[in-house]
Amino acid sequence: MADRYIEPDTPELRARWGNFAWTEANAAKAKEVVARYPEGRQRSAVMPLLDLAQRQVGAELNTQGWLPIPVMEFLAEYLSMPVIRVVEVASFYTMYNIAPIGRFHVQVCGTTPCMLRGSDDIIAACKSRGMKKGHITGDGMWSFTEVECMGNCASAPMVQINDDNYEDLTAERMDAVLDALARGESPKAGTQDPARHTVEPVGEPTNLAAMVSANHDYRSEW
Amino acid sequence: MALADKDRIFTNLYGYQPWNLKEAQARGAWDNTKALIERGNAAIIDEMKASGLRGRGGAGFPTGMKWSFMPKQPPLDQNGNPKPSFLVINADESEPGSCKDREIMRHDPHLLLEGALVAGFAMGARAAYIYIRGEYIREAETLFAARDEAYAAGLLGKNACGSGYDFDVFVHRGAGAYICGEETAMIESLEGKKGQPRLKPPFPAGAGLYGCPTTVNNVESIAVAPTILRRGAAWFSSFGRENNKGTKLFQISGHVNRPCVVEEEMSIPFSELIERHCGGIRGGKDNLLAVIPGGSSVPLVPAADIWDAPMDFDGLKAVGSGLGTAAVIVMDKSTDIVRAISRISYFYKHESCGQCTPCREGTGWMWRVMERLRTGDAHVDEIDMLQQVTKQVEGHTICALGDAAAWPIQGLIKHFRPEIERRIEARAGSLQEAAE
Repeated sequence: MADRYIEPDTPELRARWGNFAWTEANAAKAKEVVARYPEGRQRSAVMPLLDLAQRQVGAELNTQGWLPIPVMEFLAEYLSMPVIRVVEVASFYTMYNIAPIGRFHVQVCGTTPCMLRGSDDIIAACKSRGMKKGHITGDGMWSFTEVECMGNCASAPMVQINDDNYEDLTAERMDAVLDALARGESPKAGTQDPARHTVEPVGEPTNLAAMVSANHDYRSEW
Repeated sequence: MALADKDRIFTNLYGYQPWNLKEAQARGAWDNTKALIERGNAAIIDEMKASGLRGRGGAGFPTGMKWSFMPKQPPLDQNGNPKPSFLVINADESEPGSCKDREIMRHDPHLLLEGALVAGFAMGARAAYIYIRGEYIREAETLFAARDEAYAAGLLGKNACGSGYDFDVFVHRGAGAYICGEETAMIESLEGKKGQPRLKPPFPAGAGLYGCPTTVNNVESIAVAPTILRRGAAWFSSFGRENNKGTKLFQISGHVNRPCVVEEEMSIPFSELIERHCGGIRGGKDNLLAVIPGGSSVPLVPAADIWDAPMDFDGLKAVGSGLGTAAVIVMDKSTDIVRAISRISYFYKHESCGQCTPCREGTGWMWRVMERLRTGDAHVDEIDMLQQVTKQVEGHTICALGDAAAWPIQGLIKHFRPEIERRIEARAGSLQEAAE
């Protein structure tokens, strides 16, 4: 199990977040989310709503967002469920940040397929910039986590930074991505290998060559 | 003989073309789905059974048979009303090495949505929930958008495809827990709880999501269904060996020259898969050390055993491993093999849900011993002790995570015991020298 600790509930935290409520746009979104589940099963919406709340907090703070206890209390009331059930879910799933986080959450995959392709170098590149686990850099920009397999194994190594993946990394490519983010740019997501499109074998196509240039319909060949 | 492009189901696998409805229809998706449904559920299930499709999520259970387990007469709730049934599609792809469902969802989502309707109809489900792993953020956005396209075109929802059948599809995002790929943990998670597996029985087909009959299928199993029905069971079963039929997405990562995801026929020999699509092993065939052929949960196979092995359920079982999700992790001779497996042990320690003691305590314990074996800071007897402990975890937990944590270590000890012993001796030797 992950070693994670909930940010303590303090008077300051309460003063800051005690009045948390949905923004108008998110209130509509939350209603739409609850409607995905059968009548009386609104508790199923706790996961998507935790995500929505985290994003709203993030938008306010200009960070990836996190979940202070008063926000979880708001959700518990919104879904008519005990607070502890919300806290339980928020602390079980690693994508909910239960402590403050930086502007960019740099999540480098270190599991074996990425490790074999050189994720050590990517982690080293992050550390050399002062990033370390469970720590926000002094400028508030970077939080770092070594995460478990992210499902990008055929374009490893990779990093997920907030909502985007950057794949086929080398230390230089990682530096370029981080530099671009620091300058406020939006670097191209996906593979960082200029010769690659997504997860095809790089170079001459070994299959589906006709698809490269046209939306080929193979049915006439059946 | 290579699989011809015309026989590939996922023709937009690499995303060269748009995923949208119009383009997907031009490639053959949602082509008169009404006619497929009009065949009736018994005919659909029979065709799926005849195709020989085995579940693509790892366990390899025959898909058609799984669908037939759903009750013909829905059970009644306390008020005497029939309970609805659900299809849950497992898109919580988190097994290290696996990266196929991601490509389906971001590049060909309409194949999945159409499959959801056909499968849901066949088993009499009212709705499908697609449980997509939380880290697939952009992929989920695509899936939500594709679903909206299908609704707007009348392909899903009330009177789906004009068939007279009402069927809803919902997308539910996870939030970073490998264990939710286990079917009952996924159901718990969908109900808004921690993803901790349930004891079976009752099986989900009897009492699953919200206590209603539920079938959980992998993304790939569902997405291939419409094409199988269109082209017929005989076409699908013309690929692969007996009991291992069809085409399959293989995901090759690690030390090959060109890692990739590729659709190939089942039972393709390992060497052919690597040579044809991956540009061979880095440094040549002789540089191959070992392969984990089916995702992190299956034992590794040394180079000599894997080279000619057919990549299918039975072929990999015969070399002491398994096909799993067909996530092929290739390791060349530069690999620190003990570290590679130890990192997998760390993964299971991190992902144990904490419910069963043998797994919660055992995964951490096994990882710590693995880390000492990595540096040689251990006694030779501890190798046997570790082996014993893996046997005490395996089979003693509610779900298979305990087994999955045990098998990679057992595979390592079976094939690389001399290497572990060498490290222990080398370290003992260097300490001896330092003392003198």
